[in-house]
Amino acid sequence: MQIVCAALAGLVFGLGLLLSGMADPAKVIGFLDLAGRWDPSLAFVMAGAIGVAAPAFYIAKRRTTAWSGVSMRLPPAGAIDGRLIGGSLLFGIGWGIAGFCPGPALVALGTGSRPALWFSVAMLAGMALQAVLDARRAPAPDAAR
Amino acid sequence: MIDIANFTPWRALAGGALIGGAAALLVLANGRIAGISGIVGALLRPTAGDVGWRVAFIAGLVAAPLLWGVFGPTPAVRVDVPDALLVGAGLLVGIGTRYGGGCTSGHGVCGIARLSPRSLAATGCFMLAGFVSAYVLRHVVA
Repeated sequence: MQIVCAALAGLVFGLGLLLSGMADPAKVIGFLDLAGRWDPSLAFVMAGAIGVAAPAFYIAKRRTTAWSGVSMRLPPAGAIDGRLIGGSLLFGIGWGIAGFCPGPALVALGTGSRPALWFSVAMLAGMALQAVLDARRAPAPDAAR
Repeated sequence: MIDIANFTPWRALAGGALIGGAAALLVLANGRIAGISGIVGALLRPTAGDVGWRVAFIAGLVAAPLLWGVFGPTPAVRVDVPDALLVGAGLLVGIGTRYGGGCTSGHGVCGIARLSPRSLAATGCFMLAGFVSAYVLRHVVA
């Protein structure tokens, strides 16, 4: 059940990215480039997604087990620290350059896009590099999200 | 100035609702956050019993354009930067999302939906950095 639900969630997530236009970097840059001709669509994607997900998280927070019987694993409340801020700033810089973030890059990969392939391979390399750097400093990885 | 020609509020809202529905399904059925960088990144240091659902989710994500293609032409993927910049951006996104503990989906959608202060802070940071880098690249350097 877990595998089927995860596959279905991934598929619906991907269809949502395609329908919303967010799998197209030009559309994302249309939002991020405030000084160009500004396309507010991305804000509507966020609003639609948060509006639908919020009730589910409200329910999830009050449960200890999920429908499949496994335990509910929500990230613990942590500190707003340098890792969070610095990491998010680095991510934002890359996002503003390419117009790809992780989800849309993988969906675009499924369309056979060559730029998405370049980006995704580099992204995986970046994640692997972070894992190596992080393993040297602290043995326990942070809560995966 | 708002780009009326390219502004697609209804498609954006409907697509967003699908994304939110997928996140709702994953948390209610599997008790997990639909954060793409976390789902992918944790596979680089796999733990037993925690691999299958991640692979299944990613497979669903990558397969979405194939299903879309059954019903109509898949949307264009338009990139306006050269490959070298694309690779640099990919590295930054990979390193940054793992240090920051999430990306647009994990922090921006799921985190804000569950009112996490960390995710609100993270989303503010990557949005701000995205605005600045998009501006610098397309209006200062170019």
